[in-house]
Amino acid sequence: MLTAENLKKAYGSLRAVDGVSFRVGPGEVFGLLGPNGAGKTTTIGMLAGLVSPDSGEVRIAGHPITGDTSPQKQRLGVVPQELALFDELSAASNLSLFGALYGLSGAAAAKEQDRVLTLVGLADRARDKVGTFSGGMKRRLNLAAALMHDPQVILLDEPTVGVDTQSRNAIFDNLETLKAAGKTLLYTTHYMEEAERLCDHIAIMDHGKVIASDTVAGLLRHAPVSSFVLIDLVANQFANLIEAAALPGVVSATLSGRQLRLGVRSMDDLPELLRWLLGHGGEFEQVQTERPTLETVFLHLTGRSLRDT
Amino acid sequence: MTAFLALVRKDLQIFFGDTRAVIMAFAAPILIGSFFGYVFGGNQTKKDSTQMQVLFVDQEQGPVAKQLLAAMQQDANLLVSLSALEPAREAVRKGKAPVAVVIPAGFGDQAAQALFGSGPKPEITVLFDPSHQTEASMVRGILTGQVMQTVTKESFGNKATVRTARERLKDSTMEPARKAALTELFSSLDRYGDQPGAGSGGLSVPFQTKDEAMTARAGVAYNSYAHSFGGMAIQFMLFMGVDVGIGLLLLRQRGLWRRFRAAPLSKTVLLGSRAASAMLVGMMILTVVFTFARVVFGVKIEGSLLGFIGICAAFSLMTAAYGLLIAAIGRTPEAARGLATLATLLMVMMSGAWVPSFLFPSWMQGVTKAVPARWAMDGLDAMTWRGLGIEEALLPIAVLLGSAAVFGAIAVWRFRWEAD
Repeated sequence: MLTAENLKKAYGSLRAVDGVSFRVGPGEVFGLLGPNGAGKTTTIGMLAGLVSPDSGEVRIAGHPITGDTSPQKQRLGVVPQELALFDELSAASNLSLFGALYGLSGAAAAKEQDRVLTLVGLADRARDKVGTFSGGMKRRLNLAAALMHDPQVILLDEPTVGVDTQSRNAIFDNLETLKAAGKTLLYTTHYMEEAERLCDHIAIMDHGKVIASDTVAGLLRHAPVSSFVLIDLVANQFANLIEAAALPGVVSATLSGRQLRLGVRSMDDLPELLRWLLGHGGEFEQVQTERPTLETVFLHLTGRSLRDT
Repeated sequence: MTAFLALVRKDLQIFFGDTRAVIMAFAAPILIGSFFGYVFGGNQTKKDSTQMQVLFVDQEQGPVAKQLLAAMQQDANLLVSLSALEPAREAVRKGKAPVAVVIPAGFGDQAAQALFGSGPKPEITVLFDPSHQTEASMVRGILTGQVMQTVTKESFGNKATVRTARERLKDSTMEPARKAALTELFSSLDRYGDQPGAGSGGLSVPFQTKDEAMTARAGVAYNSYAHSFGGMAIQFMLFMGVDVGIGLLLLRQRGLWRRFRAAPLSKTVLLGSRAASAMLVGMMILTVVFTFARVVFGVKIEGSLLGFIGICAAFSLMTAAYGLLIAAIGRTPEAARGLATLATLLMVMMSGAWVPSFLFPSWMQGVTKAVPARWAMDGLDAMTWRGLGIEEALLPIAVLLGSAAVFGAIAVWRFRWEAD
């Protein structure tokens, strides 16, 4: 449904997007994961026809977007990162306007307005000015505004920035409903938990390039460890951290307070590790395990943390 | 068309939902226009309520001063009241009265002697507020005429005055031939004083002026509210144009531009709808402001109504294009606001909206013709109080439309279409 082929965009000497390609089918959620400045928003801008690519092509249902009034834009809904709403107008007036941009008017517009307000749980606030809404409500209306013309492809640029957990979950529910309805969703975020929960396929971007692209399970296979073992030590001091890191099967070892965190290649090595610890001043109270995340994969691929960059 | 109309409706909804914007656009020009109109003379078809206050200090306490006082009180331009010297000085110093005239003791006799050259001229002191020099000059002129008439009337009609003058002439060292001629004149005046009705006239200035304000036509007085309301409407419309530009920049900052550009809309629809809504608001401002001026201050379109409407429409379009230009040139709302406000104030000042452009130095009058708002101001003046025909509206309309085209073209050329 949505195809990006070798998209490139530079601003002066800065290559904001450098050869990005992917395909997203109907009923799929495709995630663009990367730190701020990775090129996600510029990529979305090119997909939506907001930014002209220096090279490459975007196609929707096999047709390229050509010009300001391209009919393909009718199939696209864009949820900007900003709260792109008129605070001075009511929710209904906002939706009426954004519907009109796609030719909706009269009874058809009213019907769509009811549909999207119900979807995002704001039907009872239709007549209220947006300026009176909470941040979470605005985020939901921001999503609703992109759905007025019932687009097949929905581009969501960090749609949960700055919202509380309740609103975030409500937005996730909305997106899952849209996915179930067969919509094609492209989702950018720098929250790995969101990407893991929602996306069928994820492309990790850094410095304008896709550095890995796969399903969540496929990406996790890029992680250098199969698990992390979290060991709560009895003593405040552990003098043998370097030796622990050098043990066979251990990829990484960090100590934070009394908690020792070991990245291991295989859980089969765990009994041997614990025995070694007991023999080297590492008496412990509790042992937990944690699976690696996309954060681990990003750190492994770039040497940097998603949130630190 | 649905999108175009929806965008225009949105602009109007936002504009009329913003109390501050509405007050600035509609109430402010009415209030300030009323003030300037009043200050610059108001509607002169009404009874003049701007009589100049003059304090009259009578140190003579004689018939000449009394006649002079009565004559000045008859003058429609003056509001004359008696005062003692020190209170008069204090009143003028404090700005409570612009002018005071002091008639010295013995003024009548001295003036009569001086009239015939047989004595020194008495001195009338005119105390005036330095910020009212024009009024002081006007009082001097009126006073000269009145003194001339009063003193000659008293001299020619009062036999005692003539007799006294003749007695003094006897002791004078004047050359004999001149003295003889004056003696003969006094004899004639003596005989003239015996005639019935003598002393009722006196010499007066041998001409009078007829002032005719060149307004729409004879009998139609100048109404300064016509100029002030036009000027203020122009000023606040231009500020509305600044808001149009800033509003477009804010769309970009608030991410709304991304939504608009993502929709299948042409650049013409996006910018044209903004220009159309600005033009509509501009026309509304002009309609409301001039309707108020008509109802409250009697401002009439004395000239061509069609020409007036044409100038209003052309200026509204120019204002809309000016707003688009600001949006195209400005990088951020904050940066654009300061520069646009300065440019607008300069344009308003040079248009003659605050003070009529004929008061500008001649070089500046030439320069201001490059300012579109000057053409709007001149055009509105022409169609209102000057009462000129549509042919006088054509050039201002053409200049305003041309300016709108230039501003619009630059705006389209320089506008950053891509979303940030």
